[in-house]
Amino acid sequence: MVVAAIAFYIFAGIAVAAAFMVIAARNPVHSVLYLILTFFSAAGLFVLMGAEFLAMILLIVYVGAVAVLFLFVVMMLDVNFASLREGFLQYLPIGALVGFVLFLEMVMVIGTWVIAPETAHLAQSPIPPLGDVTNAEAIGRVMYTQYIYFFQAAGMVLLVAMIGAIVLTLRHREGVQRQSITAQVGRRAEDALEIRKVEPGQGISEL
Amino acid sequence: MVDILVTYGIPAAIIAAQSVFLLVCLLVFVAFILYADRKVWAAVGYRKGPNVVGPFGLLQSFADLAKFMFKELIIPAGANKGVFLIAPLLSTTLALSAWAVIPMADGVVISNVNVGILFIFAISSLEVYGIIMAGWASNSKYPFLGALRSAAQMVSYEVSMGFVIVCVLMTVGSLNLSDIVNSQAGGFWNWYFLPHFPMFVIFFISTLAESNRPPFDLPEAEAELVAGYAVEYSSSPYMMMFMAEYVAILSLCALTTILFLGGWHAPIDIAPLTWVPPFVWFWAKVIFLFFIFAVIKAIVPRYRYDQLMRLGWKVFLPISLFWVVATASFLVFTGTVPQ
Repeated sequence: MVVAAIAFYIFAGIAVAAAFMVIAARNPVHSVLYLILTFFSAAGLFVLMGAEFLAMILLIVYVGAVAVLFLFVVMMLDVNFASLREGFLQYLPIGALVGFVLFLEMVMVIGTWVIAPETAHLAQSPIPPLGDVTNAEAIGRVMYTQYIYFFQAAGMVLLVAMIGAIVLTLRHREGVQRQSITAQVGRRAEDALEIRKVEPGQGISEL
Repeated sequence: MVDILVTYGIPAAIIAAQSVFLLVCLLVFVAFILYADRKVWAAVGYRKGPNVVGPFGLLQSFADLAKFMFKELIIPAGANKGVFLIAPLLSTTLALSAWAVIPMADGVVISNVNVGILFIFAISSLEVYGIIMAGWASNSKYPFLGALRSAAQMVSYEVSMGFVIVCVLMTVGSLNLSDIVNSQAGGFWNWYFLPHFPMFVIFFISTLAESNRPPFDLPEAEAELVAGYAVEYSSSPYMMMFMAEYVAILSLCALTTILFLGGWHAPIDIAPLTWVPPFVWFWAKVIFLFFIFAVIKAIVPRYRYDQLMRLGWKVFLPISLFWVVATASFLVFTGTVPQ
């Protein structure tokens, strides 16, 4: 258990430090890179809890895809970093409020565990126990049975969001030459070429 | 204290020794793979390829290594120094760490994790960061364009690669790489490249795109982008980027072998073939796939960028999505869902 504890403190320490650097870094690209480090450490914590499936999904989905797009957008933005810093005091109350709400929620969760210790194991015991089935199977058993409607609803929300984003950014411009792959592939030599025998000195009269 | 050392220290030392051994073998192997790549490329063009250093030029890669090591490391003045130097380190570390879970024979694997396939998939999706960080930190136009191309390309092809992997996983019923290989035992007619043949083709082409190999080497298209994301790199950082690329190619070849070509199993389960150690079969298949990679590099012209994107999103994605549904339906309706 000592090794697990050491590993936990390493991952947790890196996660907290990197999360702090996300808001402290001057350069937005550095912020995103620190955010990726935070995700990565969180994945390490998942592995320590025995939830290796979630850890890998976190890496694949958030680090491998979502954060890449973040990085993409932030790198492309032409932001004046100095002017970004100016409104700091102005936004401080709202930020503090959000932070306070999050803090309150954490206190409620952990406070419940302290007041009624029997609730703590409710949150952290997968059914059936992980010794019997693998991670992926344990998740699959509840996700597609007990939580199927929530799962489907989440899928619908994402689909609507995706369609919305496409509709908002789609524009049909006039006068743009587009490539039709089927037309290109379907084009044959007989349609495009005509081979004629040309007599010397006469040329082709009609086309 | 002694207890801790015995329970954790000795296994840790064994794992470390195994990892170092694997690392050294892998890097030496990469040196010869590089040489093989150049030789195949030369042979297709009726050239001799590297033939000066050592017998048949076999030591060319080591000469290159020495050259890279002793060259001056130039960091551009406008570059973001930290990120610029971390990028090649990250690429190499990630590329090598994928090998921790790849089984080369029954039980010959450093870490036989339950979610091995997802680990490799996660690692290969992280590899885009090495490239995108290198491109951004160089603070120069061509590397940046190369990095953006690469990021878009890798993210796009990962989607269909994921679906292909899902098809195989449904047939196996496990995420463990050793289980995947063992479910293909018995002969080549049990290997998954036969029932999942379209997926095998899609996966192979996607690995070409994922590893930025020709004909999908647009991130470093020299005609347009000089050398893509690696323009500003020199000396050992450049070597590390280069090495990471080849290690990643090898691990993708190994993944294809495990998923579709029966891993370490002999093609036919009869006497002379089963005398060959499983380890040799595994590497023979990996080298065969790499040979195809090398030949493709030599004979296929480069794709245009919009065609690359079209292939990924409009051709591979619908086909692989359909195949996922088809595989699932087949397994359910024939009652052959693996347990």
